[in-house]
Amino acid sequence: MDRMPAWADATLVPLISLFLAAVLSAIVIMAIGENPISAFMLMVDGTLMRSSGWGYMLYYATNFMFTGLAVAVAFHARLFNIGGEGQALLGGLGVALVCMYIPWPHWSLAIFGASVGAALFGAAWAYIPAVLQAKRGSHIVITTIMFNFIAAAVLNYVLVNVLRPKGAQEPATGFFPDATALPSFFDMFATEGSRLFRNSPANVTFFLALAACVAVWLLIWHTRLGYQIRAFGERESAAKYAGINPVRITVIAMLISGGLAGMMAVNTTMGEAERLILNATEGAGFIGIAVALMGRSHPFGIFLAALLFGFLYQGGAELALWTNIPRELIVVIQALVILFTGALDNMVRMPLERLFLILRRTS
Amino acid sequence: MDAVQLIQVADSTLRLSTPLLLACLAGLFSERAGIFDIGLEGKMLAAAFFSAGIAALTGSVWVGLLAGIGASLVLSAVHGLASITFRGNQLISGVAINFLAAGLTVLIAQDWFKQGGRTPSLEGSERFGEIDLPFAEALSGVPFVGPIYSEILSGHTLLVYVGLAMVPLTWWVLFRTRFGLRLRAVGEAPEAVDTAGVSVVGLRFAAVAICGVLCGLAGAYLATGQQAGFVKDMTAGRGFIALAALIFAKWRPWYALGACLLFGLLQAVAIQFQNIDVGGFIIPVQFMDALPYILTVVILAGFVGKAIPPRAGGAPYVKER
Repeated sequence: MDRMPAWADATLVPLISLFLAAVLSAIVIMAIGENPISAFMLMVDGTLMRSSGWGYMLYYATNFMFTGLAVAVAFHARLFNIGGEGQALLGGLGVALVCMYIPWPHWSLAIFGASVGAALFGAAWAYIPAVLQAKRGSHIVITTIMFNFIAAAVLNYVLVNVLRPKGAQEPATGFFPDATALPSFFDMFATEGSRLFRNSPANVTFFLALAACVAVWLLIWHTRLGYQIRAFGERESAAKYAGINPVRITVIAMLISGGLAGMMAVNTTMGEAERLILNATEGAGFIGIAVALMGRSHPFGIFLAALLFGFLYQGGAELALWTNIPRELIVVIQALVILFTGALDNMVRMPLERLFLILRRTS
Repeated sequence: MDAVQLIQVADSTLRLSTPLLLACLAGLFSERAGIFDIGLEGKMLAAAFFSAGIAALTGSVWVGLLAGIGASLVLSAVHGLASITFRGNQLISGVAINFLAAGLTVLIAQDWFKQGGRTPSLEGSERFGEIDLPFAEALSGVPFVGPIYSEILSGHTLLVYVGLAMVPLTWWVLFRTRFGLRLRAVGEAPEAVDTAGVSVVGLRFAAVAICGVLCGLAGAYLATGQQAGFVKDMTAGRGFIALAALIFAKWRPWYALGACLLFGLLQAVAIQFQNIDVGGFIIPVQFMDALPYILTVVILAGFVGKAIPPRAGGAPYVKER
C-alpha cells in the first residue's frame, strides 16, 4: 500500500518544497537589505499587470517547457540528461542553417522546417552520450556535461570562423530572411485600440510548446514506446525480462529528449533574435532540470512550472531594473527549487508520509 | 617555440593546474567514499568569493582563506545532508549547489561591494605573495636545471606548493592509513564496512568535509593567488575540468597530478598561442578549449583504458534491518 495518496505526492510535495524555497529566498532578500514583500509586489507588477510583462513571461515559459519536457522524458527512463544546454545550442545551429540556406515561401512552412532542423541537431548531440551509456556504460551525466562544453566550443568556432558575415565584428550570423520571421503575440493579438503584447518577444512558438506538452503526454502514457520507457525507468531488470531492449530504449529516450531541448532554439533563435548568437540559450537548458523536478515529470506539471519560472525570470529582470537586487536572485531561487524538489525530496516527504499514516490510523 | 616561450608555458601550466589539482583531489576523496560530487565548481566559486571578499574587508589573506574554506564546507554540509542523511540524488544535489554558489556569490558581492558582482582588486597582504624557493637565485645560472628550478618551479604562491604536496599526502592517507582503507571500502562495499561496526555515515561525512576543505583551497587560490580578486563566474568550468581529470586519472592521486598538468598545459597553450599552425593546418583555439572534455569522453567510452568508478558511487546507503 502506498504511504501517501497520489494527489498528495503530486501536489503537496512540490508545493511545500516551493514554500521552503520561497522562505529561504525571502531570507536572502532580507539579508541584502531589501524588503521581500515589496520585491514580490514589484515582480507581480512588472509581470502580471502589463501585457508586455506577460509577453516576456510566456516567451521564457516557452523555452522552459521545451527543456523541462526534455529532462522529463529522460527522467522517465531514469536517465539524467544534464546536457539540455548543449543540445539547445546545437538546435540553434540547426535552426540557423534551415532558415539561412532554404528559401522558405512562408513562415508557417519555415517553422516546420526549423523545428525539424532543431530537433535533428539536438537529438544528434544527445545520440553520442546515449550510445556511450547504453553500449559502453559511460555515465550519461558526465558525458552530457562534457558535451555541453564541447557544444559551446563548436558553436563558438562555427560562429567566429564559418557563419559570421564578412566584416562583422560580433560572433553571430546575419539576420534570417524576412519570410522566416515568426508572428509575435503582438502581431497576432494586438488591435488598433489595445496594443497588446507590445515590444515583447512571445511568439507563435508558444503554441508549438503547448503541442509538445500534449505530444509528450500522449507518448509517455498512451503509446507502447512510452510504456517501455517507463518500464525501463522503473526497473531495468524487469523490463529486460519483458523483452524490452535497454540499448534501444536508452537511445530512443535520449533522442527524444535531445530533440525537445533542441526545439527550444525555434523560440529563441527564429522567434526572437532572428539570427544565431553566442549563448542563445542563457542557461534555459539547466532551468529545465528545475522545471522537470518541480513538475514531477508530468507535462501538465511542467507547463505550470515553466509558467512559474517564466514569471520569476521576467520578475527578476524587473527587480534588477528597479532595485539593488541583481538578476542572480533567480539563479538562487532556481538552485533552492532544485535542492528541495530534487535532492532533499525525502526531507519533505518523510514527515508528510508520517502525517498521512497517523491520519489513516485515526480515521 | 623557443626556450623563453617554453619556460613561459611550463610556468603558466603549473599555475593553471593548481586549482584543477586541488579540486580534483577534493573530488577524489568524495567519490572514493561513494559520494558523487558534480558540485566541485560551486564550492570553488563560493570559496573564491568568500576568500577574496573577506580578505578585502579584513586586509588579511589568511582570514580570507579560512572564510573561503568555511564557505566551501557549508556547501559540503548541504551536499552531505542531501545525499547522505536524506539519501537524495547526489547528482541533483550537486547541480543545485553549483547554481546556489553562482547566484549567491554575485548577490552578496553586489551587496557588500556594489561593483557589479566583483570584489575590489586585492593588494599586498590581501593576496598570497610569490615565494622564491631556496637557492633559486644561485641556481639560475646553471644550464638546464637552473631555468627549470628557478623559472618554472620557484616563484609561485604558497597554495601551488600546497597543491603539489597534497598529491603524496592524498596517496598516503588513502592507501597507507586505516582511515583511508575504510574510506575506500565505504565507496566499494558500504555494507561490509557497516558489518565491521564502522559508521558509513560518519566516514562519508568525513570524506565530504575533506572535499570541502580542498575545494576551499582551490577557490581561494583562484581569487587570491592566481588572480587578484573575485569576478562573477570566475571558476568558468574549472570544477568540471577537475571532474574530467578525476575520471581521466581513474580516481588515483598520482594519475590526477598527471591529468591536471595535462589539462593545465592545454589551457596554457591555448592562452599563449590562440590558433596553432601545424604545418599549414590551423588548430583553432576552440578545439584546445574543448580538448579536456573530448579526451574525457574518449576515456569514459573505454576506448583507451577503462575508467571504472568506485562501485557504490552515487548510491545512498540504507542500513539493513
